[in-house]
Amino acid sequence: MTAPTGVASFASARGPYFGRFGGRFVPEALVAALDELEAEYARAVADPGFAAELAGLHTTYSGRPSILTEVRRFAGHAGGARVLLKREDLNHTGSHKINNVLGQALLTVRMGKTRVIAETGAGQHGVATATAAALLGLECVVYMGEEDTRRQALNVARMRLLGAEVVPVTAGSRTLKDAMNEAMRDWVTTVGNTHYLIGTVAGPHPFPTMVRDFQKIIGEEARRQVLDLTGRLPDVVAACVGGGSNAIGIFHAFLDDPEVEIVGLEAGGEGISTGRHASSIGGGASGVLHGSRTFVLQDEDGQTVESHSISAGLDYPGVGPEHAWLHETGRVRYESVTDAEAMDAFRLLCRTEGIIPAIESSHALAGALREGRRIGPDGVVLVNLSGRGDKDVDTAAQYFGLVPASPDGGTQAGERTEGERNDR
Amino acid sequence: MTHLSGTAIDEARASGRAALIGYLPVGYPDVATSVAAAKELVAGGADVIELGLPYTDPLMDGPVIQHAVDAALRAGTRTRDVLSAVEQVAGTGVPALVMSYWNPVDRYGVRRFARDLASVGGAGVITPDLIPDEGEDWLSASDDAGIERIFLVAPSSTPERLRTTAAACRGWVYAASTMGVTGVRTSVGTGAADLVSRTRAAGAGRVCVGLGVSTRAQAAEVASFADGVIVGSAFVRALTGASDRGAALRAVRDLAEDLAAGVREGRPA
Repeated sequence: MTAPTGVASFASARGPYFGRFGGRFVPEALVAALDELEAEYARAVADPGFAAELAGLHTTYSGRPSILTEVRRFAGHAGGARVLLKREDLNHTGSHKINNVLGQALLTVRMGKTRVIAETGAGQHGVATATAAALLGLECVVYMGEEDTRRQALNVARMRLLGAEVVPVTAGSRTLKDAMNEAMRDWVTTVGNTHYLIGTVAGPHPFPTMVRDFQKIIGEEARRQVLDLTGRLPDVVAACVGGGSNAIGIFHAFLDDPEVEIVGLEAGGEGISTGRHASSIGGGASGVLHGSRTFVLQDEDGQTVESHSISAGLDYPGVGPEHAWLHETGRVRYESVTDAEAMDAFRLLCRTEGIIPAIESSHALAGALREGRRIGPDGVVLVNLSGRGDKDVDTAAQYFGLVPASPDGGTQAGERTEGERNDR
Repeated sequence: MTHLSGTAIDEARASGRAALIGYLPVGYPDVATSVAAAKELVAGGADVIELGLPYTDPLMDGPVIQHAVDAALRAGTRTRDVLSAVEQVAGTGVPALVMSYWNPVDRYGVRRFARDLASVGGAGVITPDLIPDEGEDWLSASDDAGIERIFLVAPSSTPERLRTTAAACRGWVYAASTMGVTGVRTSVGTGAADLVSRTRAAGAGRVCVGLGVSTRAQAAEVASFADGVIVGSAFVRALTGASDRGAALRAVRDLAEDLAAGVREGRPA
């Protein structure tokens, strides 16, 4: 597949627009800060010292390059295709989030700002941000939906141990999107000394491009590793898509390899037809949310519809604008994986490989099983294992009925209720 | 012929004062009461009415308005209710603007929204999360419909952005008094007067100030340097705090009268 007219290649697209998506749909009060960020980021990219400092943190702090693991027993359930996992779960703090956070935290220091704020759902991005803030001596405030703070008490404690303030958000639906609204409100007020460290490839320009750039190291490493291991490029690259930062991170290096099929797996919740899902591309429509034009779960009046997924990290009603464009151009195929399919893949990886994946990443694993069965024994499927499942042990134990039902809404498998969705 | 808010501001100026612009979200606590409350604003002396289109993600609003629009949405308020409210309020002869985040307008269809708003007598739209840079289709749609488009400027706006924003506005420029969200504050930002004068220097004909104004004294203070004084959260709070519907409407009217007296105490520039 060739890039659309006016674009040199898929990988060269750099915002503020990706096709008709992206932009800066923000209050005027934030424009100066976005301009400052864009200018500082451009200076940092041109400064070899910045790249060296970030590379140093990758090798000595977060543990890059992350390894590639071939999972043969798991692949036995994937039509015999070879399945290769890019192990972002082994990074410091347990997910790919640290890649972006370290980059933006260094930028914060360069801009002379002393405070970072962040939104978080399950807590992965919040923990990563609190970690980088501790490392670099920045004040840190993390906004988190009240419901999530209760269900993810351990991650709240982790952030507080790291010195961050965690603010429960009680507005709106009390979920990730409301945490993002609250962080924006904070930023409008404090923009003089504060950087809003957005955790995904959503938000106003330059965030989608900048976060993508900080995450594309995943695919750059993986491309070399797959070539070294197999002597060729993978047939399929698969990743889960919420906001889409881990996905764009592993996709980017393959966008201009037309022989590589790229598949993004959105959270299908209870199934797209039920309306209870988080598939913004599969079940949403073009709109504006949190600063950019993209696909949004919305009703006929343009009101944001609450998303549903067993995975808190994918439970977001929007998606990064670059993904919207990659969908519209047909370069990337986006499909949905239901809660049940993701949990089956979760259990399969645990039992065949001794790896407990994040439930987010389990959506990608379910996609790999599908793709492997489709392409057969000679195929190679590369999967981004974006995070580890430690944070999900309670949810999974409840789901599979391994522990008694928790008093705050979790139930045994087979009698799932509204409450369990929130049992993150 | 639709009464435009720019004209109402000029009329206030001709009588030696700033205009009072009152905001209420449609649908809070219900559509009928919100329309009745807006009419109380008119009766109490507001020169321009700003009707909020409730939105799920109001990121420029503080807790008072967040709570109200959340309640309005839970009560089932729709975009068509907002157009109906505009028609009823505009029927009083006072210009009625819509305050809306961009996605509901985008979803409705930008051109269709402009046309339908004009057809019910609406004066125009205030867009807190749309900057002119992203508003190409809105610029042409509002021109074609002959309605006003009010963009915001902020203390952080550069002289260049003040120029382009002032040029893109049709009607007046909304100056955010402070870096922050809507809400009642004990003092209006000291940067407000400076922002108004910088915005005028950038070419704006009319500059009105909002964010944080709630009392007669604040209204008088802002009226001394701006063309209009915008009050929102204080009216919503008046509605919220009352014991019953009658008391709520009286409270809104009393506050409007008090603020209308305030804008007559300031000395317009």
